[in-house]
Amino acid sequence: MIRTIFEKLASWWFKNKKDINLGFYGPPNAGKTSLANRICKDFLGEELGKVSKIPHETREVQFRESVEVEYDGKKMKLKLVDTPGIATKVDYEDFLKYKLKKSEAKKRAKEATQGIVEAIKWLEDMDVVVVVLDATENPYNQVNITIIGNLVARKIPVLIVANKIDLKKADIKRIKAAFPEYPVVGISAKYGNNIEEFYREVFNISKKRKKK
Amino acid sequence: MVKKRGKGKISKFSIQFLPYSRIKNLNSNERIKKLLNIASKNNIIVLQGRLEPEEEAELIKQTMIEIGKKKEFKGIELAVLPEKQEANLFEKLRRNFAKVLSGTDLNTFTVIGPAAIVKEINKNPEKIELFLNNRR
Repeated sequence: MIRTIFEKLASWWFKNKKDINLGFYGPPNAGKTSLANRICKDFLGEELGKVSKIPHETREVQFRESVEVEYDGKKMKLKLVDTPGIATKVDYEDFLKYKLKKSEAKKRAKEATQGIVEAIKWLEDMDVVVVVLDATENPYNQVNITIIGNLVARKIPVLIVANKIDLKKADIKRIKAAFPEYPVVGISAKYGNNIEEFYREVFNISKKRKKK
Repeated sequence: MVKKRGKGKISKFSIQFLPYSRIKNLNSNERIKKLLNIASKNNIIVLQGRLEPEEEAELIKQTMIEIGKKKEFKGIELAVLPEKQEANLFEKLRRNFAKVLSGTDLNTFTVIGPAAIVKEINKNPEKIELFLNNRR
């Protein structure tokens, strides 16, 4: 019995000492990197990755380890995993309207497809996932449903972020109606609106992560 | 409902209705390969039932790999309807039993269209709209 108690204590200690893998998933241009940058700026004073209006700006999984996040006197060490936006199609011609050269557009498309494959492979390694959605877009997108369905199947806690609430077209209610079983927090990663509530929810869902 | 966005001609395509029984006895990889193979030949698939979430993710992954291999293939549009259905306990039990027998939820259907033909599948809880591409 003493041994069991000791093992439980050890497990609790390691669970709390190890970085929590916090993944950012979602469709392209929803603001995953902007949110990861916001967290990094708040707690490290520097950004994680480049953001752009052109879709698929993040084409490789990018990390930042040991980010100590503090909220309401509580601390938590995170490994932030910013993933490329997941899509079911990638067409280089879509990039041409952003004034990219044909060769650049083709290269970007190729890298984007490889990035999506990587992002899906990484799902397995997440402890907690923040699904970042653009609050101005229709949430009933199969990519969103597939990502969330996979997280549920793997018993990974999910927090849905309705990003871009600073924009007039933003509609958090529509996102809440689409995913009523999950916590939804509306934020503006760009301007930091409601970011405290986001941190509170991250602490809440992190408690639900499964032991490894 | 099928709509065409903008002016211009639409390439030839066909719609294939696929009963789940046609893929039931295949393993996940074979299932995905079969669906992608049909979609990549300018066919819109209406599949009775749906794939498992892990299979849907794998379908996206394999689609990305195929884009790299096939020049004309730009990916797929994917939608499952209805995503959720209200049901009482008896109805849930009935559906679960039917799912065990058939291998899928036969009250749903999955639309998979090649991105070269299907520009967008606009889905809301009430309806599904297919917008066709005329850029080819």
